[in-house]
Amino acid sequence: MLQSIELTVNHEKRRIYVRPADTLLHTLRENLGLTGAKPGCENGDCGACTVLFDQRPMKSCLVLAMESENHEIITIEGLHQTSIQKAFIDEFAFQCGYCTSGFIMNCYALAAHHPNPDDYQIKNWLQSNICRCTGYEEIKHAITKVLKQQ
Amino acid sequence: MITNNFEYHQPFTAAKAIELFQQLDKEGKSPVYFNGGTEIITMLRINAFYNNTQAVINIRNIPECNAIGFQGDHFIIGGSITLAHLEEREEFPLLRKNCGRIADHTSREKITIAGNICGSIMYKEAILPLLLTDATLLIMSELGIREVPIHEIFDNKINLDHGTFIVQIAIKKSYLNLQFVSKKITKIGRIGYPVLTVNGLQTEEKVRFAFSGLCAFPFRSYAIEKILNSVADSFEEKLSAVIKALPAPILDDAHGSSAYREFVLRYLLEESLTKLKVR
Repeated sequence: MLQSIELTVNHEKRRIYVRPADTLLHTLRENLGLTGAKPGCENGDCGACTVLFDQRPMKSCLVLAMESENHEIITIEGLHQTSIQKAFIDEFAFQCGYCTSGFIMNCYALAAHHPNPDDYQIKNWLQSNICRCTGYEEIKHAITKVLKQQ
Repeated sequence: MITNNFEYHQPFTAAKAIELFQQLDKEGKSPVYFNGGTEIITMLRINAFYNNTQAVINIRNIPECNAIGFQGDHFIIGGSITLAHLEEREEFPLLRKNCGRIADHTSREKITIAGNICGSIMYKEAILPLLLTDATLLIMSELGIREVPIHEIFDNKINLDHGTFIVQIAIKKSYLNLQFVSKKITKIGRIGYPVLTVNGLQTEEKVRFAFSGLCAFPFRSYAIEKILNSVADSFEEKLSAVIKALPAPILDDAHGSSAYREFVLRYLLEESLTKLKVR
């Protein structure tokens, strides 16, 4: 019962076979070898699987691969030396690193959509991601640093 | 990982969606309409609901379901409009505020308004502003689109006929910018199911109230509104009468005991009545 679909991931078109029940998260990792989006809760709670879906942050565990045709998907592997990645390193905004790619994708989308967000907007967007090492202060410093640079 | 297998269909017209549903239903595939799909995906993953589903029909690409804007005297919201989108729109501030407190921001990028109000999760907080503004639902069936006042179809939950779906929601312009309160208390932090969500709307005649998290379903109660609008009674008398007039027992679960929910009700009602100058 596999179906052929064409996905556009990190600006590349890829034709793959999926089960209609496969999530985008599963497909990215198992079919395309892109393991940057992490399976955490797989219930839409933790944000570790966040990718960009037509430039908007999206939890890839809540999306079917079938839904993703004709949309542009960007994963952490599609970001190269962005200011938010550099800021995470400079500010030590990770500990175990499992949540990092999800946080970076969400921060990247926030900075793109709201170049001058207020504290409420930063909190509202970033509350979608959970860091079980509780490195929230450093993550906040990293995003604040990037926004100031903008 | 979702272990169930199902067919995936993606119609581009409402009529085609209905036709597909009827055909798949006849074939015994227990089809379901899929909008944002967050509940279907998460429930299927744990085999909680939709276990018999062998076909999903994604209605998110139907143009009418994605419409948003003014049409005559109404503000129209397509059923596939996401809560994150509504959070960014300024036309209906009460709905905007309510939507901004459902789940978290990234999840709201996927959750749709029709999905929220038709889902199986009991809270359905996006419905409170629709109940308060006497919204009309535009429902697609094999006979075409018909307009149904929300109060005719909502009885603890939206009772859609088999095989039908919400295309749009219409709200009278005159309700959009009235004074309101929207307050939500969760067990811990800002994200989560409500211990209690209260919405209040100041209309010309009276203040209207709707609740989620208080009982096992969201509701608007005319009896409770009558009590709360009384000018003769003290707040304590009103609170006592409100508790007696509740349509079902106060919820008592892991998110909050019934005693705690009653305490929160007191606090939120007192604040709401003061803000809306009913006290």
